[in-house]
Amino acid sequence: MAKGILGTKVGMTQIFNEDGLLIPVTVVSCEPNVVLQKKTVENDGYEAIQLGFKDKRVKLANKPELGHFAKSNSTPKRYLKEIAGQELGNFEVGQEIRVNIFEEGEIVDVTGTSKGKGFQGNIKRHGQGRGPMAHGSRYHRRPGSMGPIDPNHVRKGKNLPGHMGVEKVTIQNLEIVKVDLERNILLIKGSIPGPKKGVVVVKRGVKTSAIDPLNPANYIIAKEVSQVEKTAEEAQE
Amino acid sequence: MSQQLMNDVTKDFQKEDVPVFRAGDTVKVSVKIKEGNRERIQIFEGLVIQRQGGGIGETFTVRKISYGIGIERTFPIHSPLVEEIKIIRRGKVRRAKLFYIRGLSSKKSRIKERR
Repeated sequence: MAKGILGTKVGMTQIFNEDGLLIPVTVVSCEPNVVLQKKTVENDGYEAIQLGFKDKRVKLANKPELGHFAKSNSTPKRYLKEIAGQELGNFEVGQEIRVNIFEEGEIVDVTGTSKGKGFQGNIKRHGQGRGPMAHGSRYHRRPGSMGPIDPNHVRKGKNLPGHMGVEKVTIQNLEIVKVDLERNILLIKGSIPGPKKGVVVVKRGVKTSAIDPLNPANYIIAKEVSQVEKTAEEAQE
Repeated sequence: MSQQLMNDVTKDFQKEDVPVFRAGDTVKVSVKIKEGNRERIQIFEGLVIQRQGGGIGETFTVRKISYGIGIERTFPIHSPLVEEIKIIRRGKVRRAKLFYIRGLSSKKSRIKERR
């Protein structure tokens, strides 16, 4: 199932869990998204749903866009994003998607555009070390050798200073701490990419197994196996 | 607006019945302690030497003398593990942070009562 929602980063704060520990959380505000289109194998060669997020003025939309929004009976949206996935039977065009598609404790991936850092040197941009600051080295924060002389040019991919940040970044395996349907808010454990007010996509984690690890019912088989092993060991003794 | 939203979010996790106390007061803090499955309450009594931070992350530090050794413990005010804060005595001090008390003898570190 295509499980994802668009939202904006509000900021970070902390909350207490049941054990009394303070957990760092990021607040993501997800106003209801609208399903604008369903991509199907017959029509498009792949399966996905297209989500629209955040209203914009009608004046800002051009005619083809307005036609596209009219198909789903929705107001013009500023951000459109496709969420890929099979089995789209549950979704209808024009349907609202809200934060309650996620549950507390679920593992998600969050994609956003990272904060801009401007023109940065190699130490910050590529994590290189610096030269000695003393003993007359005169080589402090520079990028190092440009490579062998044989090719008579600098090899492609050589780490050099340049623009850093403002790129697409995904952080995987973040936990959803709380789902607040009333305020349209997700609380996600830890930090997520981008500045405040930045648009992020929260999707089901690609590395989460098909079996829900949080559901204790899924452990019963494993337990039985271990018990069988134990009895076998006892029998040997 | 976003700051408002953040405050609303943390409000659900904050206590509403925190008594008013400040540095110089003597308090009795009941702390929940988990030992395996059992839960018991431990009491830590002493002088509040500072309150620090705001919102959900606010903490306070309590100092006591135990067997001749000064012990300081910092508690988050809104932690669910802090069951109760009971004020025993209100002290009259002229500072918000009472770190100077660490270097004083017990006789010199007496604090007058506030009325």
